[in-house]
Amino acid sequence: MEIEAKTHPMDKYLRSDRIPHIWCPGCGLGTVLNCFLHALEELEIDLDNLAVVSGIGCTGRVAGYINVDSYHTTHGRAIPFAIGLKLANPKLKVVVFSGDGDLFAIGGNHFIHAARRNIDITVICVNNYNYGMTGGQLGPTTPLGARTTTTPYGNIEHPFNLCHVAAASGAVYVARWTALHVRRLKESMKEALNKKGFSFIEVIASCPTTYGRRNKMPTGLDTMKYYKEKSVIKHGIDPAQADIEIGKEIIVGKFVDIEKPTFDEAVQKLIEKARK
Amino acid sequence: MQIKFYSGNIACAEGALAAGCRFFAGYPITPSSEIAEHMALRLPQVGGVFIQMEDELASMAAILGASWGGAKAMTATSGPGFSLMQENIGLGAMTETPCVVVNVQRAGPSTGMPTLVGQADVMQARWGSHGDYEIIALSPSSPQECFDLTIKAFNVAEEYRVPVVVLMDESVGHMFEKVVVPPKEKIKIVERKKPKVRPEEFLPYKADDFVPPMACAGEGYKVHVTGLTHDEKGYPQATSPEVQERLVRRLCDKIRKNERKLRDIEEFMMDDAEYALVSFGISGRSSKAAVRMARQKGYKVGLIRLRTIWPFPDEYFEKLANEIKKFIVVEINYGQIKLEVERNVGKEKVELLPKMGGEIHMPGEIYEKIKEVKNGN
Repeated sequence: MEIEAKTHPMDKYLRSDRIPHIWCPGCGLGTVLNCFLHALEELEIDLDNLAVVSGIGCTGRVAGYINVDSYHTTHGRAIPFAIGLKLANPKLKVVVFSGDGDLFAIGGNHFIHAARRNIDITVICVNNYNYGMTGGQLGPTTPLGARTTTTPYGNIEHPFNLCHVAAASGAVYVARWTALHVRRLKESMKEALNKKGFSFIEVIASCPTTYGRRNKMPTGLDTMKYYKEKSVIKHGIDPAQADIEIGKEIIVGKFVDIEKPTFDEAVQKLIEKARK
Repeated sequence: MQIKFYSGNIACAEGALAAGCRFFAGYPITPSSEIAEHMALRLPQVGGVFIQMEDELASMAAILGASWGGAKAMTATSGPGFSLMQENIGLGAMTETPCVVVNVQRAGPSTGMPTLVGQADVMQARWGSHGDYEIIALSPSSPQECFDLTIKAFNVAEEYRVPVVVLMDESVGHMFEKVVVPPKEKIKIVERKKPKVRPEEFLPYKADDFVPPMACAGEGYKVHVTGLTHDEKGYPQATSPEVQERLVRRLCDKIRKNERKLRDIEEFMMDDAEYALVSFGISGRSSKAAVRMARQKGYKVGLIRLRTIWPFPDEYFEKLANEIKKFIVVEINYGQIKLEVERNVGKEKVELLPKMGGEIHMPGEIYEKIKEVKNGN
């Protein structure tokens, strides 16, 4: 039987000539991207004035699938690239989509400084606990004890709690969800896109191919079951209390939503002052 | 026309503003910091944005982003910072992003001599990032040329869609001299080519004459830009040697095949010269003084001063090879431009007068070298 579908309601958001995507079966990235596209649709975002910037890695490929001005940059440098883009053209809405290794290991310095400055961009970090694209090595978020290809005896490093880093660095909006929480994630993305200043969403997502199968979750479904069992929503909790450890509860929710003058506004004020 | 008393660094910043630069991202480093400081003061006055980044990796990434945001963008640094910028200079070359990178050279390697002169980043400017690519590098010898060549750097960056290096040195950067600033209407400004077709027909990496038109963010073209090997649509084709062949060949050829147009050489007393000094930047000035000394003694010696260093004027030197008995390359490094001259005129025709950095050549020692070379023949 031949099934023919001429169009899909979400077609305009995707570069359909680039599908199928490169992500593995069971990967959480498709779900996260789907949530993002629905957030765009519900907000009726002007796609001509949206730019998506990615670094390198599996999540780094998001930029290439969304049908907007999209930039696939160097490893770790998506945020400073996005800063240049936003400051040169303030009418743009700029979203950085990248992974935990890209944003918090090689690019960690840029993350904390962009949050400190309160640059008006949204950063979405898909945290899969490892470097998927290069074959499953230790990342800055790999939980203590987890097995990766570079921690064959189990991880001995303490991982970053990304939401704690974001909040401590000055982000005005901080939330964490898993790829299971599709409705809440989409709502959070809408809030972040509408938030003035540096907004941050961490999405914990499955990586069965290079992480899950080494850590007793060989399929995407196993990981989803784990999220369902362990996730606890605690809005407003101090993210310092939301560390992630193997077998412990995963605290999700919106942790920070505050107001602070943005760098972008300050620059415009400074220009007005200098021109007088 | 205005007459100003500028240092090379200030002249460079003013040249950038005159060229239309409206975005600067940088990180403090001696001996280039005055450029950032001056941009911090002046950019807001013309409606531009200055941002001090957390490091040079970020600075370079930010100017690429700003360029795609539609601004003419620049950063300025010195050796260690220039090293940190290399990966994103490669991204700029691969994605064809117009921007200007100023390197006020100090003596290296490593931290070296932060406050003192060097000219040893010549090869790094050419080969600093990985892979095959071509960029443009210009080298001023005076504050006036810092002004003029920075304007030119923006113009050729826009014309060829490539990162352009202004390869200054500490002595030229910190030297104060008279600078003639022409009225605005007398300054030639080049803007990047824009697409003329509708977004659905636009192929962002299709070039009819080596350089494709550029659609920036927010212009409705929904362009995808990647550092991966990409086809004319801008889409990754990272497993196709054919796409790689077409793309990298074009990226190199757009500069190589325009060498003649980009050539910028000052010839001084070369008409009847039997010996030629070859130099650039601050060393070009010492060399000029040495030529004058030698001419007084009746030596037929001239100076070839390179203002465009990359692409190297191969054809120019090939043609001169038979007319000149010896080329003496004067540079504050252990032989970098020398290699390029040798490549074109043959090893036996080239002498090097190097300095390892921290001081400039005295005209007298260049004169002595000329005497030695002449008497050796």
